[in-house]
Amino acid sequence: MAKPIKIKAKVKNGVASVKALMPHDMETGSRKDADSGEVIPAHYIKEVVCEHNGNVVMTAYWGTGVSKNPYLSFKVKNAAAGDKIKISWVDNKGETSEGEVVAK
Amino acid sequence: DKISLKVPEIAENGAVVPVSVKTKLDNVSSISILVDENPTPLSATFELTPAVDADISARIKMGQSSNVRAVVKAGDKVYFTSKEVKVTIGGCGG
Repeated sequence: MAKPIKIKAKVKNGVASVKALMPHDMETGSRKDADSGEVIPAHYIKEVVCEHNGNVVMTAYWGTGVSKNPYLSFKVKNAAAGDKIKISWVDNKGETSEGEVVAK
Repeated sequence: DKISLKVPEIAENGAVVPVSVKTKLDNVSSISILVDENPTPLSATFELTPAVDADISARIKMGQSSNVRAVVKAGDKVYFTSKEVKVTIGGCGG
C-alpha cells in the first residue's frame, strides 16, 4: 500500500466537513529529470472514492492538473459523530491507498 | 450567480492553486474544474451523490495565468462560471 491518507471529519448541524490530504507525487509527465534530462513519466491519482458508513457519496476523477500531495474537502449531509468516513484512491500505475476516520 | 467559484486572483505558486466550488443548485450530479491554458484543461471532476453538499475544495496546478472554469451539472442542466487567475511562480505577487 502506498502512503496513508490523512483525513479529518467534523460534524456540525448534521453535516460532516471532511478534509483529506493524500501524499502523492502527482507527476504530470511533462517534467524533465534535472540530472538525466529524461522526461519523468506521468504518475497521478486517477480516481478517489469517498464513502460514508459504507456508502459511496462522492467519486473524483483527477488528471495531471491536480497539485502534488492533493488536498480535498467536501461536506456530507445527514452525518453524525461516530460515522465512518473512508477515502480511497487509485493512480494511473494501479497503486492504491486508503484511509478511514470516525467523524467527531 | 448560482455557482460560487473561489480562486486567488494572483497565485504565488502555480503548482498549488486552491480552488473552491460551491453551489446552492439542486440535484448536482457533478462538478468539473478546467484550466484553459493547461496542457490538459480538465483538472478534476467530482461526481456527487445526494448525500453530499455541492461544496468542494481542491488544489490544482496551473502552468501559467489562465481562466479557471467550474462546470456544474444539476439535474439535466449544465452551468458554468469562470475566473481569471494570474500565476507568478516565484517572485512577489502583484
